[in-house]
Amino acid sequence: MKIISVAYKNLKRKKIRTALTVGGVAVAVAVLVSLFGFDAGYQNGLNKDIDKLGYHLLVTAKGCPYEAATLMLQGGGGLRYMDDAVYKRIIQDKRIDKITPQLVSSVYNQEGGPQNRGSFALYMGIEKSYIELKPWSKFKTGGWFSGPDADEAIMGYEAAELEQRLVDDEILIPGINEVLTVKGIFQRTGTQDDGIIFIPLAIAQRIFNLPGKLTGIGIKLKNIQQIGEFEESLYNEPGIQVVSLAQVRGTILNLVASARAMANSIALIAIFIAVIGVTNTILMSVFERTREIGVMKALGASALDIFKVIWTETVLICVFGGLFGVVLASGGSALVEKVIRHSLPYAPSGKLVLIKPEFLLVAFFATVAMGLIAGAYPALRASLMKPVEAIRAGE
Amino acid sequence: MKECVIKANELTKVYKLLAEEIYAVCDVNLEIAEGDFIAIMGPSGSGKTTLLDSLGCLTTITSGSLNILGKDVSQAKESILVSMRRESLGFVFQDFLLIPTLTAIENVQLPLLFARLPQQARLARGLLERVGLGKRINHLPKELSGGEKQRVAIARALINSPKILFADEPTGNLDTKNSEDIFGLLADLNKKENLTVILTTHNPKFGLRAARVIYLKDGRIVSREDSSLCF
Repeated sequence: MKIISVAYKNLKRKKIRTALTVGGVAVAVAVLVSLFGFDAGYQNGLNKDIDKLGYHLLVTAKGCPYEAATLMLQGGGGLRYMDDAVYKRIIQDKRIDKITPQLVSSVYNQEGGPQNRGSFALYMGIEKSYIELKPWSKFKTGGWFSGPDADEAIMGYEAAELEQRLVDDEILIPGINEVLTVKGIFQRTGTQDDGIIFIPLAIAQRIFNLPGKLTGIGIKLKNIQQIGEFEESLYNEPGIQVVSLAQVRGTILNLVASARAMANSIALIAIFIAVIGVTNTILMSVFERTREIGVMKALGASALDIFKVIWTETVLICVFGGLFGVVLASGGSALVEKVIRHSLPYAPSGKLVLIKPEFLLVAFFATVAMGLIAGAYPALRASLMKPVEAIRAGE
Repeated sequence: MKECVIKANELTKVYKLLAEEIYAVCDVNLEIAEGDFIAIMGPSGSGKTTLLDSLGCLTTITSGSLNILGKDVSQAKESILVSMRRESLGFVFQDFLLIPTLTAIENVQLPLLFARLPQQARLARGLLERVGLGKRINHLPKELSGGEKQRVAIARALINSPKILFADEPTGNLDTKNSEDIFGLLADLNKKENLTVILTTHNPKFGLRAARVIYLKDGRIVSREDSSLCF
């Protein structure tokens, strides 16, 4: 028989109480792991999204930088427009490797089928240069527009799935009554492009009644080190703003920083409550076993022996809580991801809650350390009991 | 020549209750020899248990001197008292006080854990057989009768081969038959294994069967019937 078996058997004495305490610790651990995972997943997803944009800079009409960041990542509508003369001027710059103009618009679908009725469809007017900036974009079926003025569309993978369209099908733009022929469908990219319907830029300008207007210009430089000086050279261009990848990353991360701070506070509170819960459980157990502790001392247990028994109980609770917590976090990450994705205005594509083994290890060992702290007071209290007073307690 | 295992001189134990001082044991002079069978008797509140606790190193004394097995424990540190309890003394309580989550044999082995000694299952089993519980070793305390629990408690007290066994009202919670059995067991251990036994009891019948009886009243020894002496 060892101290650990004495401690373990005692925990089994009040099964429900022990289970509830272990459950509290498990939830705190799961919250902690999920937060670590969210932190990593969000940044990872954001970085991937930004990398997959294919360009270093986005030029937009002057306005809110958050709006610009959203445009850059989500292609949002309801935006300010700039003249395509800006594009014609910028394209002259020899530092540019590739450049692509874009016109984004969203259309509310009042009719449609049961899957897409009442939703927004996102249209983006593009030129061939758009796909040149994204060499990883491949066609699942079909191909590029037959000409720059063709009434044709190329659908993102998810947009085609949602609308159940195949190549050569016709799509009607609701409210505008324009019919476009599906010329191609992209493979899944895991980015916002999957949900967009692409049309030739000239067609977009015509059907959305925005002649000569653009919402953005994507630019890839020959040398990424020149971003700073290139941005500076555009300061004289009236009515535009330049958003770099780093800025977008920073802007989005700033947006989620406050939410993250709040979530971290909640995690800390959850952990604190779990620590209090463990301390309370063990303290109650110590009080209930005062006479037993006295007897152990009469049988030769030192203060250190009693401390070890009680401390081991706490550590066992935290070890079990930690193990259940990491299992809960791993198993429940899909649900957590769904909830977070639903509640965030912008969530990057890919895995939003990225559970890494090191997070599980850190959370697990942090829980054990928490157990050591939580158990110290009850263990000390038990160890300092005088044998006679403990044995005679409750007589 | 019998060795003196306990020598108390003017032993006094005072408890403080708010501003009041209560003399639970007062100026007790006592010598107990190896192999003695002592019964401490007296009315409730006379200080029997406090005297037993003091002699058993479960508490420190307030004044006077106390020598157990050649060691002066009058003002000894807790660590000295722990090692005395661990190595040389055994205890049996009125309420048995077995650990409810441990089986009979685990309860018996528990002192070995604290003494950092190997868990000798054979020794524990032998002791349980010695007290007549050879077939109940894997039973939890809740599955045992009062008499059986007290037998387990006695086996537990014997596992570290104590020189002195202290028993506080060991038959106090038992019926007549079990009381007789337990007292007989303690007497047998004293007689056959020369184990020094010191017990408290309210039962005059058991008192009369002890080799020596010490009567306490208000914390003081009022009479003693000696049948053995220290030389």
